Amino acid sequence: MNNSDNSNRHMISILMENEAGALSRVANLFSARGYNIESLTVAPTDDPTLSRLTLVTSGNEQIIEQIVKQLNKLIDVVKLIDLSETDSIERELMLVKTKAVGEQRAEMMRLSEIFGGHILDVTESTYTIELTGPGGKLDNFLNAVEKDAILEVVRSGATGIARGQKALHV
Amino acid sequence: MEPITGAEILVRCLHEEGVDCMFGYPGGAVLHIYDALYAQEKIKHVLVRHEQAAVHAAEGYARASGKTGVVLVTSGPGVTNAVTGIADAYMDSIPLVIFSGQVPTALIGNDAFQEVDAVGITRPCVKHNFLVRDIKNLAETVKKAFYIASTGRPGPVLIDLPKDITIGKAEFHYPKKIKLRSYNPTIKGHAGQIRKAVDLVMSAKKPMIYTGGGVILSDGSTELVELTQLLGYPITHTLMGLGAYPATDRQFIGMLGMHGTYEANMAMHHCDVLIAIGARFDDRVTGKIEKFCPEAKIVHIDIDPSSISKNVQVDIPIVGSVPNVLRAMISVIRDEKLKPDTKALEHWWRQIDEWRAIKSLSYRQSDEVIKPQYVIEKLYQVTEGKAIITSDVGQHQMWAAQYYHFDRPRQWINSGGLGTMGFGLPAAMGAKLAFPDQDVACVTGDGSIQMMLQELSTMKQYYTPVKIVNLNNGYLGMVRQWQEFFYQKRYSMTYMEALPIFVMLAEAYGHVGMRIEKPGDVEGALREAFAMKDRTVFLDFITDQSENVFPMIPSGGGQNEMLLAERDEMVSTHEEGMVLV
Repeated sequence: MNNSDNSNRHMISILMENEAGALSRVANLFSARGYNIESLTVAPTDDPTLSRLTLVTSGNEQIIEQIVKQLNKLIDVVKLIDLSETDSIERELMLVKTKAVGEQRAEMMRLSEIFGGHILDVTESTYTIELTGPGGKLDNFLNAVEKDAILEVVRSGATGIARGQKALHV
Repeated sequence: MEPITGAEILVRCLHEEGVDCMFGYPGGAVLHIYDALYAQEKIKHVLVRHEQAAVHAAEGYARASGKTGVVLVTSGPGVTNAVTGIADAYMDSIPLVIFSGQVPTALIGNDAFQEVDAVGITRPCVKHNFLVRDIKNLAETVKKAFYIASTGRPGPVLIDLPKDITIGKAEFHYPKKIKLRSYNPTIKGHAGQIRKAVDLVMSAKKPMIYTGGGVILSDGSTELVELTQLLGYPITHTLMGLGAYPATDRQFIGMLGMHGTYEANMAMHHCDVLIAIGARFDDRVTGKIEKFCPEAKIVHIDIDPSSISKNVQVDIPIVGSVPNVLRAMISVIRDEKLKPDTKALEHWWRQIDEWRAIKSLSYRQSDEVIKPQYVIEKLYQVTEGKAIITSDVGQHQMWAAQYYHFDRPRQWINSGGLGTMGFGLPAAMGAKLAFPDQDVACVTGDGSIQMMLQELSTMKQYYTPVKIVNLNNGYLGMVRQWQEFFYQKRYSMTYMEALPIFVMLAEAYGHVGMRIEKPGDVEGALREAFAMKDRTVFLDFITDQSENVFPMIPSGGGQNEMLLAERDEMVSTHEEGMVLV
């Protein structure tokens, strides 16, 4: 994810029926209409009949308007919000496995602390670090780590919620 | 209440929905359903000869009547054969409910015999689809399907039925009403937007009304006629919208778009206020999008928000059902006694009449060879403009749209969005079943007709006497026309050698066949055919092989860049236009 693209980066959060095929309908819509999809996360909510799906996409104003309309048109979509249009909180979870040998061990631990990470697993030659934050912060961490030191990166994709009293519910 | 089988539940649901006619083809996965259909008499089931025809016939039935068409096919090839028809219905927003058989629940995913992921395959071309996993949900699912298919912007809905669901038993309860928290189409237009639209419409100096299939689908023709006549504005229709406003009225200035009239396209290009109603700014209508209606402020009324500002940015969008919004606009105009700018309008009409005087639909008549346009003109005269006309896809489709003047909605039935060759014949059969007492003609060509020829057999079995008007030029004419214009006459794979003797073919299926080769025989043959009320007649008109559809906006051109038959026989196109189809 590149920061310069953020001007047209949109995070759309969807409440949809927790039905077989609902996720495919959303994914299908993006591929069929040629829309960009950067990340997608989905899980049931406190109401087991509903799922919450958060996706990050990009495009100009007209494309985003169409994406929102096309999503709303899906029968399984109950409600949605473009979190980029409102004051919102974005979080993503990342697990990073790094080399940790010799001087690297102290360096990696220090870097993890700076970024508010937790070291979940330690071996004699590796650390597994958990980090959460907006996508940009996770990018920054990866940029700060020496390239060769990174063994594996797992990112959950962004999810988010609006600030204040605004809530997306049925 | 006694439990009954899933198959019986399904049939009871169809009775509850008032289904009187359905189209289908049996197979292993739907045997139980066919057995339940055998035990009842309320629904007439038409056994087609190919599943694609079942869907097109149901479309013909739905397009002619406004009712939801119903299709039943088996699993695997049954449903894959139906996909073209389903996609066709999706593109033209036709309400259909399609039931497909499926292998038993326990076998799903095992590559069982005649298994296909019907829900997955149809997902991109249905309004919605369901796989019934529990017999207890069956009746409610059927209710939902009919509700979704026929409301809002209509469309096809598929229900996939595993065989064990049709065999299992449950009590039958049909919900009277259904409410879906995630689906609630906007019917009533926003009052503020309507107000703004009326103000803009009344201020117009060079107004234009442009309407599409949405007016037909929503039965909004009465309101459209009232508003158009109240305003005195010129009106044009898309291919899908023909018949919404009477074509014989002076205010109608013809179809617009690639093969629309010169006056319609010029008026679009020069208008200052465009009122778009139930139309979706398709590429066949707009021509090059950057050149579309450069001077116009646009009002767009549509029930589907995603149609608004999809291709063309509009100034005043109104989401709602066409008749509802138009009624609201009419009452504002009437209540406030608003009057259009008569002086400006007179000036505008004078300009339009000048464009009209060019007579863009004129063609050179011949004594030697039958001109296809002439056949349609005679068809119009012989049927007194009253027949239901279905069409296949190609040149003949454009000629039918141009030369048959449709005065009422649901009289013109064609595959607009998907452009499906083979659509015409089964659609005619469906329309005839909906209106047995009306004349139905299928305008087709030697290419299209051969894609669904087998349905001549169905038409014999179910007694659907329609008149088939085959404009036989021995070519895939529309493709040939493009090759002539844009590929230096390299007629690659468009010449139809070894055509069958259609007269004998019609006779082989038990119908009447006629071959007409002379212009002087056209009218007589049509009169003779339409006099045979109880027979399907195949009229094989041998037409001019080199005739082209004019006028024409070549791909990449603007609406003011029309090619006219007399003026521009030789055509070139813009480089950038070549990538468009």
